[in-house]
Amino acid sequence: MEKRTESKIVKYFLIGISVLFLFVMLVLPLFVVVTEALKKGWQIYIESVTDSYTISALMLTLKATVIAVLCNTIFGICAAWAVTRFQFQWKKFLITLIDVPVTVSPIIAGLIYLLVFGKQSFLYPYLQKAGVQIVFAVPGIILATIFVTFPFVFRELLPVLESIGTDEEEAAALMGANGWTIFSKITFPHIKWALLYGIVLCTARAMGEFGAVSVLSGHLRGLTNTLPLHVEILFNEFQYVPAFAVSSILVLMAVILLIIRSIMEHKGKKEKA
Amino acid sequence: MKKNSKRVIPGFGLTMGVTITMLSIIVLIPLASLIIYSSELQLNEFIEIITAKRVLSSFYVSFVTALGASLINAVMGLILAWVLVRYEFPGKRIMDGMLELPFALPTAVAGISLTSLTADHGLIGSFFAKFGIKIAYTKLGITFALVFVGIPFVARAVQPVLEKLDGSYEEAARVMGAKSGLIFRRVILPELLPPLLTGTGLAFGRCLGEYGSVVFIAGNRPYETEITPLIIMSQLQEFDYKSATSIALVMLVVSFSILFLMNLMQARNSKRLRGGDV
Repeated sequence: MEKRTESKIVKYFLIGISVLFLFVMLVLPLFVVVTEALKKGWQIYIESVTDSYTISALMLTLKATVIAVLCNTIFGICAAWAVTRFQFQWKKFLITLIDVPVTVSPIIAGLIYLLVFGKQSFLYPYLQKAGVQIVFAVPGIILATIFVTFPFVFRELLPVLESIGTDEEEAAALMGANGWTIFSKITFPHIKWALLYGIVLCTARAMGEFGAVSVLSGHLRGLTNTLPLHVEILFNEFQYVPAFAVSSILVLMAVILLIIRSIMEHKGKKEKA
Repeated sequence: MKKNSKRVIPGFGLTMGVTITMLSIIVLIPLASLIIYSSELQLNEFIEIITAKRVLSSFYVSFVTALGASLINAVMGLILAWVLVRYEFPGKRIMDGMLELPFALPTAVAGISLTSLTADHGLIGSFFAKFGIKIAYTKLGITFALVFVGIPFVARAVQPVLEKLDGSYEEAARVMGAKSGLIFRRVILPELLPPLLTGTGLAFGRCLGEYGSVVFIAGNRPYETEITPLIIMSQLQEFDYKSATSIALVMLVVSFSILFLMNLMQARNSKRLRGGDV
């Protein structure tokens, strides 16, 4: 009997700590964003959110996110297929290389593109001749976004593809199905939740990337400013209400993505069971 | 069988081609350019740059704050994983979903909101200011932001292992009269140690390179609250690519070592897990 009450105390103590910790670290910051954004009323809030610089930053963020997610989805499917469906040397090494972008500091991610495409690069004269500007322009922002979220879809697909094995696909291939049919009819139904899950994670990170994009953006308002960069500029100009108002757009997007993610996780588990 | 599958399932050429091409363009060539560029530096020049007093203190600040934050996250992550796996209580699913917020919330947003939270007039800051403790614009503030960034790493690493943990050893220990504390230390903790270390290591690596959430709260005073990524950034703004590259190289070596160690540990860990299943 004594043991029961002791472990109950431990239970409520641990739950209490967890709730307090998450409340301070996660809920309060969101609360601050909302209250600061609405500090001067709805009118000012709506004005800051519909400001033309905010809208163009939102558009650039969406553009970079869509392109990055598209690229990394194609890459993720191909790489996961190649790694799990075939045997080859250096496989482990290849997987490690794909993981590299996650461990590299975003600032370094920006720096390396600066070195490849910037003024001191041997590519620079050719790029100028071709009239292509990458550094301090939109293509640089997109490249940085792709880099930072590079392994996300791959990482989600890898364990699923590994666990379903290759028997069904081999059977289909022996019966003469072509690659696309095998993928769309047999593999895809198995991986669809993991794929969507990876896409959601990728989207969340892509829209919020700050460091790498910050290095490569020219910080030109209305041209090469993404939403997070716009937040930075406003905050550094002590325009706190607009800064938090713009942040609230990003918070809303993040919360929606998290809800989608948790619904999908639930559905994926249900289907498995 | 395995050799056969290479021929049976189609698409090796296409998928491998796409993989290698994209990997090269996005990751390998840019990273190689960093190494090529830094190979043009003189060794003594390189050493002079990375041992400058301001750079050394930035290494120190980055290291200490990242270490502190990862240790806090190791403890809290373990508790969170334990609570989420072992207990049933209302709001558990919301709590579980919220854990991913630091992944999904843009770092700049986290940065400005944590800053205004811990500044002297903020909700948390004003409370601690009464005791003369300043959070924002100190190392404490940097650590606070890094704790936020690292929350999901440890919890998400420990959770699956804890879920799979066979209850029979625990039960056996309990039947034989072991107290809960002893069971936790001797039976459960050894199993959780590998994922705990990997999660903490990953969080530490992420914290060392973190920029967005720290830059606002740090105050960025040289020697005091200037982290290494920030020094690189300010050198880039002055177009001093030489210094930026040298310091970046040091950071890269450190984060690759962490990645290597974690991979090694994960390999050993998964071997153990598979061994445990059989």
